[in-house]
Amino acid sequence: MIGIVNYQRGNLNNVYRAFTSFGFETEITDSPENLERYNGLVLPGVGAFQDAMETLKKTGFDTAIKNYIQSGRPFMGICLGLQLLFEESLEFGKTKGLGVLKGKVVPFQISLKVPHMGWNQIRFSKPSRFIQSDLNGESFYFVHSYFVVPEEKEIILSTTSYEIDFVSSIEKDNVFACQFHPEKSQKKGLKMIKNFGDACARYTSH
Amino acid sequence: MLSKRIIPCLDIDNGRVVKGVKFLNLVDAGDPVENAKFYDEEGADELILLDITASSDNRSILFDTVKKVADSIHTPFTVGGGIRTIEEIKKLIQAGADKVSLNTVLVKNPEIISEGARKFGSQAMVAAIDAKRVGEHKWNIFIKGGREDTGLDALLWASKLESLGAGEILLTSMDKDGTKKGYDLELVRTISETVKIPVIASGGVGTLEDLYRGITEGKADAVLAASIFHFREYSIRQVKEFLKEKGVSIRL
Repeated sequence: MIGIVNYQRGNLNNVYRAFTSFGFETEITDSPENLERYNGLVLPGVGAFQDAMETLKKTGFDTAIKNYIQSGRPFMGICLGLQLLFEESLEFGKTKGLGVLKGKVVPFQISLKVPHMGWNQIRFSKPSRFIQSDLNGESFYFVHSYFVVPEEKEIILSTTSYEIDFVSSIEKDNVFACQFHPEKSQKKGLKMIKNFGDACARYTSH
Repeated sequence: MLSKRIIPCLDIDNGRVVKGVKFLNLVDAGDPVENAKFYDEEGADELILLDITASSDNRSILFDTVKKVADSIHTPFTVGGGIRTIEEIKKLIQAGADKVSLNTVLVKNPEIISEGARKFGSQAMVAAIDAKRVGEHKWNIFIKGGREDTGLDALLWASKLESLGAGEILLTSMDKDGTKKGYDLELVRTISETVKIPVIASGGVGTLEDLYRGITEGKADAVLAASIFHFREYSIRQVKEFLKEKGVSIRL
């Protein structure tokens, strides 16, 4: 079973339907206790960093998510769900994140329009255990004003070019997280969701 | 490289897609869910749903439409039209809208953008501006579907909304909307060069060349069109191939 963390800010149906459309058993969960039952966990991207972090703390999801990740089971973060993994963000003043990964979340300081909004390509920097290499070079939907700067460069899975090259996805052991929205990226995005779902299914059979 | 976005707009009236000519004489162009699925399949980069009669009407039809559309596609979409409160914004986002577009409410309560940005992120806050030329190089903001001149200068207004936390500007020329004579390119370029956030050009598209000029001469980050898509004059694919061939950064 794949769980989707609900932090009560937006509609998670798109992520949910993306998984169920491939037949993966999936649920949206309000309860941190449920995380024990999953062999796949998705932290979606809804809202602003500070607000999301407060909700995760208040509900107890912060500790539960960290424990889940430590257990080695597959984890997927989307957009804000990627940013929240890091130590701190500069959005609306400094805010502490989950601190699962070393590094921070910083704003774009470029001459191009911000937010970086729309379809842009990803370039893989290394092979992934979750995502198939045929998605290298494809376009995905982005909408963000901040991006992650990991301290451990070896966790960078892909970069994307928008005046600068920024980190558009990371992968470290059982953790995969992307800045773009696969659930909003039509056919290629759904393919990525399927890749991750398949990895979760493989984990069960171990 | 970031692609320029091609965005079909569905004008919604009582749960049905319509398209006004200068906001009058509406012609029924079909069911929103069917339209949205069609564009999703065709590879539209985003969609916009504008509830055009909504200002004071019962919103439950709109929430229902938004939910059905969200459950049918994997394309980002914006919902606008008559939104007045944070509560409505929350309901629309919970129903599945990725962004909301605010228009008339901003004149009386511009801070709603800031509050929305804090709760849902700037990226979810689209500031819609209906501008009408009132002099040489000068445009004013019109509200209530283009019926009322606020006296606000379009340029200053766009900057103010940006500073309050809008993530994007949906810029409609009231002079061009429904005419099929092309965007007000001077207006689009002026606003786009003034603000740092993306600008969606809207109002007046009749030909593929109009879209091209909106991006190149207007410097728009995204181009919106309604009637040329609804009546199947052009497919999204045709539009994209045309623009790509002319050297525009496009996702095919």
